[in-house]
Amino acid sequence: MKPDINESELLEGLARNDRKAVETLYKLNYSMVQAFIVNNNGSTDDARDVFQEAMIVLYEKARDGSLELNCQIKTYVYSVCRRLWLKRLQQLQRFGTPVESMEEVVPVEEELEEHERKNEAFGVMEKALSHLGEPCKSLLESYYIQKKQMLDIAAEFGYTNADNAKNQKYKCLMRLKKLFFAQYKKVD
Amino acid sequence: MDEILLLDATERYLNGEINAEEKAMFEQLRQTNQEVDQLVVEHTFFLQQFERYGGLREMKHTLHDVHNQLMQDGEIKEEVLSGSAKVVNLWKRYKRTITIAASIAGVTALSISSMTLLVAPKGNDKALTELGKKVNQFESRLKATDSKLNTVISKINPDIVITGIGSAFLVDGKGYLVTNAHVVKNAKGAFVSNNKGAEFKAQIVKVDEERDIAILKIEDKDYKATATLPYSIRKSSTAIAEPIFTLGYPRNEIVYGEGYLSAKTGFNGDTLSCQIAVAANPGNSGGPVFNRFGEVIGILSTKETKADGVVFAIQSKYIIDAVNELKKSDSSVDLKLTSKSSLKGMDRTQQANKVLEYVYMVKVY
Repeated sequence: MKPDINESELLEGLARNDRKAVETLYKLNYSMVQAFIVNNNGSTDDARDVFQEAMIVLYEKARDGSLELNCQIKTYVYSVCRRLWLKRLQQLQRFGTPVESMEEVVPVEEELEEHERKNEAFGVMEKALSHLGEPCKSLLESYYIQKKQMLDIAAEFGYTNADNAKNQKYKCLMRLKKLFFAQYKKVD
Repeated sequence: MDEILLLDATERYLNGEINAEEKAMFEQLRQTNQEVDQLVVEHTFFLQQFERYGGLREMKHTLHDVHNQLMQDGEIKEEVLSGSAKVVNLWKRYKRTITIAASIAGVTALSISSMTLLVAPKGNDKALTELGKKVNQFESRLKATDSKLNTVISKINPDIVITGIGSAFLVDGKGYLVTNAHVVKNAKGAFVSNNKGAEFKAQIVKVDEERDIAILKIEDKDYKATATLPYSIRKSSTAIAEPIFTLGYPRNEIVYGEGYLSAKTGFNGDTLSCQIAVAANPGNSGGPVFNRFGEVIGILSTKETKADGVVFAIQSKYIIDAVNELKKSDSSVDLKLTSKSSLKGMDRTQQANKVLEYVYMVKVY
């Protein structure tokens, strides 16, 4: 089946972190994934983890614009979840029964390998930020992630002017970069 | 300082905020100075990573929120396997373990019986008599303490003789407490008292000796119900080496202890319980074991006599089971477990002091 207009709108919404779109995707797909996992040696908590990870994969792809779905979102999500769960089962050594497939599956191996690399980068950044400490952490997040204006940030953090805040921001950024790359290179 | 200027220029260059002249200069600089070029590349990459991190974090928050929201609205439900499917599922999941366990059990049984045959005669009699002597000694000592205790108790309350002491904790602010079944064994009733010393009369509403869990209900007009408890009962098991803390009444005062989860199973591989390393004494039985999120992960129950610091706790999921059974058998029971711990993120001292007032001393008669 071809992806219809509705689905691409959903993906655009997802890429914008639009709550409505996330809710719709959740409602459409969660029960299917949960049924699959609970029927294959998993708990509802496992289902939640796996499903949310699959949503992240979908989100990243939608954001990069690298998503060319030649199947329905449902099939894609199912395939990703199935792959993720198989892997988890192997790690837990809980195999025994092969995971049964109720639905159509598309190959997703390569994409998940890429996702894993990105996940590592996420972990490294999280760690670097936590080592950075306050107020550096909030300062950088306000500017680079929340995209606030330097002037507002200066007022919020109590710097006397925007230039001071900016200088401080660069100092923090240099420290963060050092922390990040020290870890990131090790991972590579 | 130079580096800051360079960073600033790089950022403005990347954002397209500089004018044509400056741009030409900057590009010239990039071409002639490799370090600058490298910095620009590195910075671009880094900013990408940083932005991606921000986006992902937001997304994770949204997903988490949406899940809870939909769950609350009943749009999605936790799937529960019914009857036979559950059994099939359990069988599937533990088939390997069961087969291995069965074969090990078989081998052990055979080897033990052969060993007993070899070793059985002689020698043992002596050990037995020695043990017997010891038992006698203990018995006389026990009698002496018993009579002492009785004289003390009879002075306090002539009608009621306290036969045992333990700890318990609230699972519902309306007055439902959980403790060990062995604490209330053979008891007619119980008194419970909190850390401030207020004493209430309590009824034993459920005893599950197999799992060693008992549920008590405070039936006292002086007791004031609390709306919500700060801690929840953990459904799944806890990882080895997780830090834990306990509260209980090994003496007349509430006592705090801390340690870690040392094994996922209890004495001789008992799957009902888990092993923790913490200082515990008689009287601690029935007390809660908390993890670092302030969730109850078990009921402190027994201690290995031969080793120090080897303590066992009944796993918390069996509390949930016991509560569900009680509700099923008696529909008048209005017991609701707290679903989320509000202690997450607090430090130990705060957590312990928040839960202090919900841990009770149990005196059974």
